[in-house]
Amino acid sequence: METNEVFEKVKGLFVEDLGIEESKVTMDAKLEEDLEIDSLGIVEVVMAFEDEFEIEIDDEELADVTTVGQAVNLLHSKI
Amino acid sequence: MSKRRVVVTGLGTINPLGNNVSDTWNNLINGISGIDYISSFETDGLPVTFAGEVKNFDANEYMGKQHARKLDRSGHLSIYAAEEALKDANIDTEQRLGNGVGIVFGTGIGGIATTEQAVRTYDERGASRINPLAITQLMPNSSTGQVAIKFGIEGPSLTITTACAASANALGEAKNMIQNGIVDMVIAGGTESGTTAMTIGAFAQIRALSTNNENPQKACRPFDKDRDGFVMGEGSTVLVMESEEPAINRGVDIYGYVSGYGASTDAHHITAPAEGGRGAVDAMKKALFDAELTPNDIDYINAHGTSTPANDKNETAAIKTVFSEKAYDVNISSTKSMTGHLLGGGGAFESLVSLLSLKNNIIPPTINLNNPDEECDLNYTPNIPLEKDLSTAMSNSFGFGGHNGVLVFKKS
Repeated sequence: METNEVFEKVKGLFVEDLGIEESKVTMDAKLEEDLEIDSLGIVEVVMAFEDEFEIEIDDEELADVTTVGQAVNLLHSKI
Repeated sequence: MSKRRVVVTGLGTINPLGNNVSDTWNNLINGISGIDYISSFETDGLPVTFAGEVKNFDANEYMGKQHARKLDRSGHLSIYAAEEALKDANIDTEQRLGNGVGIVFGTGIGGIATTEQAVRTYDERGASRINPLAITQLMPNSSTGQVAIKFGIEGPSLTITTACAASANALGEAKNMIQNGIVDMVIAGGTESGTTAMTIGAFAQIRALSTNNENPQKACRPFDKDRDGFVMGEGSTVLVMESEEPAINRGVDIYGYVSGYGASTDAHHITAPAEGGRGAVDAMKKALFDAELTPNDIDYINAHGTSTPANDKNETAAIKTVFSEKAYDVNISSTKSMTGHLLGGGGAFESLVSLLSLKNNIIPPTINLNNPDEECDLNYTPNIPLEKDLSTAMSNSFGFGGHNGVLVFKKS
């Protein structure tokens, strides 16, 4: 799966499942500041990713993820 | 030093009769039932298929999906009612209210629907798939915290869970907070959205619910000989309560005074009222004493009147004990006949009804009261509203657990 395909799927999850405005979801968007995803929300996001991509994500892997782009790259590396 | 007087300056509600105060009041005085067949989930196989549901309310539309999905429905209703009440009290909802404002909320069972969903997810998909927002939605203090966050309420906060007396107790404790000079303003109210297949089943197991599935609007018949149980309802009601002087100084309209609060515990049985309504008697007397009134001063009693055989009989007996001969004279009604039982949200809602009755000089009726019961022989304002000059009102709330909360209101 190409990076842009992963991004589109991630965007779909954010918009459809979490109710985030579509225009806000860019590769550069910061999860907490721009998308208002707090620490509880991150757990939801991880669950959604795990279900969508059929992978498992460890908490440590998320330590450095603060933007949509970083999340997309992490997912891309695991698929 | 004389006690500080407590006034109500804002009302907000969302309930089976309406999503604002004026629709609610119009339906109340026209004797309209808000009870109908349940539309929010499948009722196949359930012993009861109807309830009082909030209608035409889409939380995603109201607060946006990203916010709405973080709250249980009981929380959606709370924020909605709180916003209505604050606006009604001429308070700027864009500003944080700060640490001079407290919040006291009542609820019977918190986010029970969220609890049930989390259990189902656990059973079907395991622990790692439980909604990470489940705890924050199911805890009974969730609405209190969410309303505080939304409006920046930084003063003392309490969540009261005394079942169907919860929001009566909430208003009473809010009154105490203001009278004791802890804060000048408290956002007080209650919420409940606990109608689920499980709770219907469980309440039906203890024969607490009406099973009149053929005619939901006629099911709740307080004080009627044919009453057969209460009807589940949902909703939230919020009152802005203030110390009189600051309220007058900011020039806001005053609905009335919260002048008396009495609370007691039956310490008798977990569901059944004490014989003769002993605990209810005590709470009513304490509320009158606190208000510095006598039974003869009370013009209207908004009864607990659940439509269960036990409550209505014992509440009647309790009113007779407190009011003596005046019991046959005082106007009583149970607005649960129209809303169903709002459980932890009931006391706040019925306080709103009491204040609106004083303001408008109209007593809403007890609908479906057609066949008098010899054990319920007082003046319950059957089926037709009553126009009458009113100065004072009492609101009774009694809960499973034996909790009793009674409030007395005076016209401003």
